Amino acid sequence: MEPFKRLSGIVAPLPRVNVDTDQIIPAQFMKRIERTGYGQFLFNSWRYLPDGSPNPDFVLNRAEYEGASILVSGRNFGSGSSREHAVWALHDYGIRCVITPKFADIFYNNCIQNGVLPVALPEDRVQELIEKAERKPGYRLTVNLENQTIYDSEGFEDAFEIEPFIRERLLRGLDDIAMTLEEEDEIAAFERKRPSWLEPAKS
Amino acid sequence: MNRQTLFEKIWDSHVVHEPRGKPALIYVDLHLIHEVTSPQAFEGLRLSGRSVRRPDLTVATVDHNVPTIDRWFIKDEISRRQVEALKQNADDFGVRFYGIESDRQGIVHVIGPELGLTRPGTVIVCGDSHTSTHGAFGAFALGIGTSEVEHVLATQCLVQKRPKTMEVRVDGALPRGVTAKDVILGIIGSIGVDGAVGHVIEYTGEAIRTLSMEGRMTVCNMSIEAGARAGMIAPDETTIEYLEGREFSPKGQEWEAAVAEWQRLPTDEGARFDKTVVISASELEPYVTWGTNPGMVVPVTGRVPDPKSLESESDRTAAEQALRYMDLTPDIPIQDIAIDRVFIGSCTNARIADLRAAAGIVQGKQVAATVQAMVVPGSTQVKIQAEEEGLDRVFTDAGFEWREAGCSMCLGMNPDVLQPGERCASSSNRNFEGRQGKGGRTHLVSPQMAAAAAIAGHFVDIRDW
Repeated sequence: MEPFKRLSGIVAPLPRVNVDTDQIIPAQFMKRIERTGYGQFLFNSWRYLPDGSPNPDFVLNRAEYEGASILVSGRNFGSGSSREHAVWALHDYGIRCVITPKFADIFYNNCIQNGVLPVALPEDRVQELIEKAERKPGYRLTVNLENQTIYDSEGFEDAFEIEPFIRERLLRGLDDIAMTLEEEDEIAAFERKRPSWLEPAKS
Repeated sequence: MNRQTLFEKIWDSHVVHEPRGKPALIYVDLHLIHEVTSPQAFEGLRLSGRSVRRPDLTVATVDHNVPTIDRWFIKDEISRRQVEALKQNADDFGVRFYGIESDRQGIVHVIGPELGLTRPGTVIVCGDSHTSTHGAFGAFALGIGTSEVEHVLATQCLVQKRPKTMEVRVDGALPRGVTAKDVILGIIGSIGVDGAVGHVIEYTGEAIRTLSMEGRMTVCNMSIEAGARAGMIAPDETTIEYLEGREFSPKGQEWEAAVAEWQRLPTDEGARFDKTVVISASELEPYVTWGTNPGMVVPVTGRVPDPKSLESESDRTAAEQALRYMDLTPDIPIQDIAIDRVFIGSCTNARIADLRAAAGIVQGKQVAATVQAMVVPGSTQVKIQAEEEGLDRVFTDAGFEWREAGCSMCLGMNPDVLQPGERCASSSNRNFEGRQGKGGRTHLVSPQMAAAAAIAGHFVDIRDW
């Protein structure tokens, strides 16, 4: 996984609450067995009109937001389905950081697994960022994970919280599985203590 | 004495390692797999030369992609490839697999319990948010992403931050005509779709205790719709009775040992939850969702709300967007909303008890001429049982289609989808935009309410049925 240290990029505003993963990527695009290539389906139903042409009103179709790498949206972002395809689609499109007042739990974990930085800020601060990005298309933010700050060139500055362990993982781009496998002795010891009724009975 | 909640007891008995300042490593007793969220995980194992640590604790089936008619040949090539990939992966890694040809196939959250794989006191994971269903047995059951699926395959463990606990107590007896689905819709309507984020819910109280296992599964299934990490209900006689004699349930002395353990699981008197919500069962009614998330819900006797009546601007905007998508105007009575389609199915409400209840409503009646209605059993076992009881005939005589088991029209990944603009009364769990097909409009209801709506052509109050 690519390490995440610091990111400066264009901010795409999505002023909605409860954006669920079915909107981020509808189920009909989850039939592929690969991890890549989902960016083209990101926000499919909002991004394209029924005839398949780009919806000119949707933020990601507006030229000023082209190349956006930071997405700012309302509370409970990523709710619903556990589909990691949602994060794969965001990442494949180029989004590396999502800012919202509140993340859905599974989506948050999926972000961490893919080197996408989830930043939770208070509701009024998120609203401020959404308004800035709407008012001034092409608006940029810098996110610094090392010192956990977020700022623009116009005086906006805030600090964000993140679990030290998660911060470390993202900064170093670490793989969970390799780390867990180092605990083989503990896992094996735990397995020896499990009661036998926990094994599936022979049918 | 250290008083503990059900969740705390399970958590403490599953921590493999909890280094200071880091999330815990917890052991997984059962890993359920389906075709959509697993191929990339198996591919990851291959790329790094890893194996499945405990294939004996891993069970796979196909559900999301499978057609519910003509299922022997999946016409959609990409879907077919995904289903075939799971079979190949199960073969290559030695995982038990119930394919389309198996009489054990079905929606993963229906077959786990019915085969006796789901047990109290265990940790259960699946790359699917509705894994919370299994919490009905007093398990800590949670949905995970594909990277975590790969992690569990490789290590049989999950890296997990300890969630907070939340008690949702439903006091008193359920009024007549109010089902388990109405209980959970009422709860979500009350606490909101993000009301339980970061928490594991334990459902308690008389109304919960008197639910059947099927009803408890319906309630726990939709915990994720309130944002919960998991939902659970303490095991009791109802749980034990359901599990005894099932195919993979412990047998003989193992059964005795297991039951003794399960009886120690319920939350201790005086144990503390981080949060408690109390709901009075007498205030619950049959519900219908009007919007584009499960929290946008009103009693069937109610009206579509006016966004202007909502307090926060973000809620007003969300309600306006939802009404636009749903093509509804404020203040119209719910019972005036006509429907085009009815779907009785999904991991929320397609178990044998659900089908019996729905059949009871339609017996001897006819589906309205303007409605296309179908019943999709949650598993092949449910289908066989329903056919033995003659329920299939009750439905087909009334004009319903009777299908093969699968996720079907819950999520628009297989041929069962709504056409743009079609309005559906659905016993499933999500009414998100496009969930049942692009442009489709979903109203969530109980299977009984869906059945009655099919007959009437619009929503009706089953208390008057």
